[in-house]
Amino acid sequence: MAKESLTCELAVVGGGPAGLAVAIEAAKRGVKVGLFDENQKPGGQLFKQIHKFFGSKEHQAGVRGHDIGYHLLNECQRVGVDTRLNTVVWGIEDNRIGIIDGKASRIVDAKRVIIATGASENPLSFPGWTLPGVMGAGAAQTMMNVDRVLPGTKVLMVGSGNVGLIVAYQLLLAGAEVVAVVEALPQIGGYIVHAAKLRRADVPILTSTSILEARGKEAVEEATVCSLDDNLCPVEGCERTLKVDLVCLAVGLSPLAELCWMAGCKFTYLPELGGFVPLHDENMKTTLPFLYVAGDVAGVEEASSAIEEGKLAGVAVAEELGYLKKDTAEEEKDRIRKRLSSLRLGPFGDMRAQAKLELMRTRG
Amino acid sequence: MSSQKNLRILDHPILGKLEARKQIHIYADGQKIPAYEEEPIAAALTAAGIKVFRFTSTRDEPRGIFCAIGRCTDCVMTVNGQPNVRTCVTPVEEGMKIETQKGLGKWQKKV
Repeated sequence: MAKESLTCELAVVGGGPAGLAVAIEAAKRGVKVGLFDENQKPGGQLFKQIHKFFGSKEHQAGVRGHDIGYHLLNECQRVGVDTRLNTVVWGIEDNRIGIIDGKASRIVDAKRVIIATGASENPLSFPGWTLPGVMGAGAAQTMMNVDRVLPGTKVLMVGSGNVGLIVAYQLLLAGAEVVAVVEALPQIGGYIVHAAKLRRADVPILTSTSILEARGKEAVEEATVCSLDDNLCPVEGCERTLKVDLVCLAVGLSPLAELCWMAGCKFTYLPELGGFVPLHDENMKTTLPFLYVAGDVAGVEEASSAIEEGKLAGVAVAEELGYLKKDTAEEEKDRIRKRLSSLRLGPFGDMRAQAKLELMRTRG
Repeated sequence: MSSQKNLRILDHPILGKLEARKQIHIYADGQKIPAYEEEPIAAALTAAGIKVFRFTSTRDEPRGIFCAIGRCTDCVMTVNGQPNVRTCVTPVEEGMKIETQKGLGKWQKKV
């Protein structure tokens, strides 16, 4: 079974924006880093995000997600991170993780472990939701922007948060028709700039409306939507049927925290951050002394905040392992924390900032 | 199968023209379809207008792509005789035999 074990000072699980940022920050200070990702290519979900990012210049605002991805990959190579792709991390016990690369399973012994496994899309159940042609909005985004294949030609988008709005617009760019975006709440969930792009293209955004059913013989052929009353219940007589071959679900994401559960760190439940999230302190350390988290697994936000959290953890680990003096590390961490708080402004950001504070308070 | 429209996105206003890739062929339930090296099986099937990847074991219901990033296992099929292969994260290979999976599938003799 297990071949000889590997050792490294920091094992990073997940090569998305957070994991890459941790690896870069730690490795450039001398930490021996091993990065493990189950995919063929690193970058996580960055390469499907072809829109320009928000924030200020230091958050690379105005740069498209895939360009940020290339930049991180180059940096990773430059600072000498031992990156192992096609490698599944199947378990964790104390400061050791189990990996499978190819067909061989082995143990990695690390001084510190950081889980940066991201999040997964939430499903939404309604009659017909399992039919082929009903998929996550992120799934459609991967297919059109990474694989360059259109998963459908006439689309109903369920959910008007930023993911729903951005993916609906990208479906238009890719050549699909977006028949409607429906939103159960009385107002649009995401940023108005994204909604405006859809409205300029004449895509209806129907608020107080949701999907009742998707129908089709072996795949989606039509979907029924209906107006909702103040209690979010369907209003009889207000159903209408749309001819669509793709229903995209953009109804939130949940942290992919299985390894954190397995490691045994403490959790709390915060709906603003996507549900159950591992407790962490202001250095991104969990309730276990060797275990850190960064990015969506530590509370669902955006790629830019995942990168900053990764940097924070990277600096903290470098300090703990003796590669950074306390003063230098504190200065560096302060700068990163300031950038993080500036990303958590506005009504959505503020909600998350409060939730993050509560999470850190709970950890104590 | 609905492919009066080309489902490959050849030109994109932000991503530009699709890079030239080596074309190969795979077989979907015996039908020869084109695929491009390094793309996932699910992408090649989608481009060919194929949406149903398997039928469930108890109620025989059709399933297709749901998450497209290897998490949900809704898109598993039998590939070269091996059942339950996640087609959204498994790259195509020349001559690959892809079969719509019934239930949990069956291991077939290795070629």
